[in-house]
Amino acid sequence: MGSGPGGLQISYSLSRLGVRHAVISADDSAGGMFRRWPFFQRLLSWTKPYAPFERGTREYERYDWNSLLPIEREHAALMTTIMDGSSYYPSRPEMERNLATFAERTGVAVRFGCRWTATRRDGDRWVLETTDGEFRCQVPVFAVGVSQPWRPQIPGIEDVPHYADTRPAETYAGRRVFIIGKENSGFELATGLLQWAKQIVLASPSPAKLSINTRSLVGVRARYVQPYEDHVLAGGVIVLDASIERIERREGHFHVHTRKADAASDLVFEVDDVIAATGFTSPIQDLPNLGVATVGRNKLPAQTPFWESSTVPGVYFGGTIHQASPGLRKHGIPSNSGGVNGHRYNGRILARHIAAKHFEVSPERPVISRAELVSFLLTEATNAPELWHQKAYLARVIVRDDKRGIVDDGVQPLQHVLDTGGANSVAITLEENAAGEIYPVLYTCRDGATSEHPLPTNALHDFRTSEHEKAVIAAVEGVLL
Amino acid sequence: MRSAPDDATETLAGLAIFADLSRPELERVAHSLEERYFAKDERVLREGLSGSAFYIILEGEAVVIAGTTRVNTLRRGDFFGEISVLLGEAPVADVVAVHPLRCLMLPGQLLQEFLQTNPRVCYRILVAEARKLANATRGRG
Repeated sequence: MGSGPGGLQISYSLSRLGVRHAVISADDSAGGMFRRWPFFQRLLSWTKPYAPFERGTREYERYDWNSLLPIEREHAALMTTIMDGSSYYPSRPEMERNLATFAERTGVAVRFGCRWTATRRDGDRWVLETTDGEFRCQVPVFAVGVSQPWRPQIPGIEDVPHYADTRPAETYAGRRVFIIGKENSGFELATGLLQWAKQIVLASPSPAKLSINTRSLVGVRARYVQPYEDHVLAGGVIVLDASIERIERREGHFHVHTRKADAASDLVFEVDDVIAATGFTSPIQDLPNLGVATVGRNKLPAQTPFWESSTVPGVYFGGTIHQASPGLRKHGIPSNSGGVNGHRYNGRILARHIAAKHFEVSPERPVISRAELVSFLLTEATNAPELWHQKAYLARVIVRDDKRGIVDDGVQPLQHVLDTGGANSVAITLEENAAGEIYPVLYTCRDGATSEHPLPTNALHDFRTSEHEKAVIAAVEGVLL
Repeated sequence: MRSAPDDATETLAGLAIFADLSRPELERVAHSLEERYFAKDERVLREGLSGSAFYIILEGEAVVIAGTTRVNTLRRGDFFGEISVLLGEAPVADVVAVHPLRCLMLPGQLLQEFLQTNPRVCYRILVAEARKLANATRGRG
């Protein structure tokens, strides 16, 4: 279900593994949320036309957050062929075209205008009821996005338009605008309205987090910090840490009642517009009635490290819903599964997992020579886009196979690797400590016991040094060598 | 309860360590903690693994396993993970969900600021730690 980047990547990867499947979508064309959003300006995810690696190579993916991942070189780095060169952030229409072009060129077939409406079990099959008849399958994958408006329980909020209902910017000219929410969607609106609104207030209970401080994609991105600067320079924008007690609709305006947490002081704002930039949930329809547990304020499905429902085996999720499978969160590092740059890798791994577990398709597992092992691991740490985009979340796994020797077992969820143990193996990932240092970490599993081996950091993020080689040899000795 | 609670603030208000907070304070706290769900048998805390977090149980049950021995059972309102975070060391035991577990999580590096911003929560935690220490001392005696 779904024809956004998540659904397209999973469908593409399943096709290349030879797994028969169908893709249905309620939309009329590919692109998912990028058919509508973001409202103002451009995406938050970049694609660098010029980077240290040639476009189309695997290493280049680290610098291109928006292209999906084909095997065929001619379809790789597609976003770079579509952007007009005026910014390294694609515009919304460019992103939509990137996804539609990927589907068209790689042959991802979607039945559009087919809305999934209900779900039931029939023996060993799942039955998906849709506006275009019933579909039966062994394995459903729900990649239906996280773009359904979500509002917290605040008296009067039902009268307030959501971010999704924002009008064209010029209609806010000369108006007082109150934005509930201090995350990216709130700051995006404030940025777009800076030149139009007479006054902008951004409010939520806890202080705004900025990505440059959290050192992650959690937090307001640098591009949307302008309203914050306006606030600290007392230019007219107000950024307030307060809970919203209630909203009253009056003749032609609103009264928003707020309360500050620290001083317990009340402030009432009279404004012309209120917008709830309070986040999104996923339209998972009747899945909770079938036992799918949900988690968090916006009630996303709780998932295993392989993006399967934690409570209903055989039900999988794709795309941005993967953000509710948070992994280990070591040192607080969040996954990037809420963005295309993160979940495109999850999608590829999920396809491989489904193919192996449900359709007996054995993935390719190349042999690595003993002489190449150390250099292979350190080159992965230095250049692997999966590890850079999904720190402490995905890991390259190498296992010792009694018959074949040292075998590359692909990129897998780190949590799965650490919690299953088993054969002698080594997993390498990248992590980041509180001081902001990024460094490779090796996890070795020897006779069922797991050990963690952090390697030194490097100012240039190049881990192919003799110091790192020695550390790797010491860690893998007796495990793989 | 399979579904996440509708009002996180209400849920927090029912936990002893947040008992002294006003509603706006609870809202601020609710916004700074992350809800996590753990299936039965899933590990929450891993012995020897760096970079762990602080957890407060909202529902379900977990056990603390040191080596191969179950040393404690944790339930709604109990919290764990703070010792390894405060000492900057890896946990010395596993914590494993024995029933589906719903927790609030705060990444380790945010715990210090959280405790300094919420001294009344800090006091409640201190009392709970004192009780644990007293029980352990009595146990040895």
